[in-house]
Amino acid sequence: MTQPLLRVEKANTYIEQFHILQNINFEVQKGELTLLLGRNGAGKTTTLRTIMGLNPATSGHVFIKGEDITSTPTYKIAKKGIGYVPEDQGIFYELTVGENMRVAMMHEDDATKERLEWSLELFPDLKKFWKKPGGQLSGGQKQMLSIARAFVNETDLLLIDEPSKGLAPVVVEKVIEAVEKIKDHTTVVLVEQNFYMANRLGDRFYILDDGLSVHDGYMKELNENEELKRKYLGIG
Amino acid sequence: MELFINLAINGIAMGMLIFLIASGLTLIFGLMSVLNFAHGGLFAWGAYSGVFFYVLLDNFWLGLLGAIVTGLLLGWLTELLIVRPVYGNHIRQILITLGFMLVLTEMLKVVFGPNIINAPTPEMFQGSWMIGDITIIKYRAFIIAVGLILFIVMYSVLKYSKIGLIVRAGVMNKDMIQALGVNIKLVFVLVFMVGSALAALGGALFAPSSGAIYAEMGLEFGIFAFIVVIIGGMGSIPGSLLAALLVGLANTFTAYYMPILSMVVTMIIMLIVLIFRPQGLFNISGVSNK
Ligand SMILES: Nc1ncnc2c1ncn2[C@@H]1O[C@H](COP(=O)(O)OP(=O)(O)OP(=O)(O)O)[C@@H](O)[C@H]1O
Ligand SMILES: [Mg+2]
Repeated sequence: MTQPLLRVEKANTYIEQFHILQNINFEVQKGELTLLLGRNGAGKTTTLRTIMGLNPATSGHVFIKGEDITSTPTYKIAKKGIGYVPEDQGIFYELTVGENMRVAMMHEDDATKERLEWSLELFPDLKKFWKKPGGQLSGGQKQMLSIARAFVNETDLLLIDEPSKGLAPVVVEKVIEAVEKIKDHTTVVLVEQNFYMANRLGDRFYILDDGLSVHDGYMKELNENEELKRKYLGIG
Repeated sequence: MELFINLAINGIAMGMLIFLIASGLTLIFGLMSVLNFAHGGLFAWGAYSGVFFYVLLDNFWLGLLGAIVTGLLLGWLTELLIVRPVYGNHIRQILITLGFMLVLTEMLKVVFGPNIINAPTPEMFQGSWMIGDITIIKYRAFIIAVGLILFIVMYSVLKYSKIGLIVRAGVMNKDMIQALGVNIKLVFVLVFMVGSALAALGGALFAPSSGAIYAEMGLEFGIFAFIVVIIGGMGSIPGSLLAALLVGLANTFTAYYMPILSMVVTMIIMLIVLIFRPQGLFNISGVSNK
């Protein structure tokens, strides 16, 4: 088996005195879209924050392309080509759409401009509201801005936290289509509660429960396993 | 009429001086939300080191440069030792920076002695121009020019440059700006150093206009700077300028027409502004007064 793009090994993460992630194991293969599933409070967001170094693991390891980044500062992790779309989208409300994009650009070279053009074609709303403050966008537009912003730099791995949260079904459809296209260019870890969306996009899945990784496999297996779905995802 | 114009020019010059003191605090307090009561200490250190280098090297400009370097160094130390452990905690910031303020003040006395020191005005700025019946003191015109230039530079940098965007974004969401590849800690250190250097430059420019400097001046003017930043609106450079001019003009006019009022006019302005616009005159940076 080839070396995974991302490997989380027995990671333990505390938030204040609470032991949130307990020996989490998690692997992402290059080119795939890996789903991170689990109930509210299971530890999905914390897992992404641990990977980004925002809540670093106190024991265990996080490897990117074989390199240990467990205690690397967040900004250096980002520079290794990891994009992050947080659960709350992390839009800088007082900056315009254009400024949100500009502040994210690590370089202003041709490749970056090309990716920017590409994102604006993918999300025409961003072009339309280029000069509008980020805080005045609709929920869906904020999500699009957050995704475009994370993708504007050269990205090997994109972490997206519940992009469908609070969006109307039509908008969810748009986000699905966008992630489908982004998937062709980069490896993605997607946290998602919306099983319809998860099912459309996922190659592999991991289920977290109470800070433990309890199950993983290919999407097809999850689809056929009604018990898993019922027990951990509350569907079926 | 001539009297009115003369008073107005004096008021604007005074306002510009206040702006110079407050501009650094606009960055540190308004933008980064650090309650830095040691800011006035930087101002006093700027005044002393400005005079010291001016006299030592016999060059006014090198004196200003010396003050700026002193400000950068002290700002770096202040951020590293005093402020870094207390980011996000206003109560601790007040206590520790007030303590540091006293240390800075006492250190001035240790290094330069406890007595009032004369601050010379450079020859080229001595005297005044007469235009009709209007007297323009040269050094005041110089202060007004420096204030305007600094205003334009600071405003443009914050509004249009990428570093300005990064600072504003970092204040809004520190996690996110780091997840976009920015070393925000380093950026904050730099902002703190620049803010401190501005205070020191303000002190060095202030010295010749008052003619004498003393260690406690930092305590007096530090409060002034806070008031101006609050009136102007947190983090707003145009707000600080407008507030500083307002305070300068109000002080000058009341000192002439109603001397009794001049003691409290700054407080009255602050009260009125806070009653009708609690967020300050401007609040373009979007940093709330929390
Ligand atoms: N700042 C915090 N302080 C204390 N506990 C926290 C904090 N943030 C998260 N937790 C706890 O950590 C656990 C995991 O939270 P996390 O946000 O990772 O879950 P999640 O799977 O993303 O949930 P959701 O689907 O609701 O977004 C939860 O029990 C939560 O209460
Ligand atoms: Mg979550």
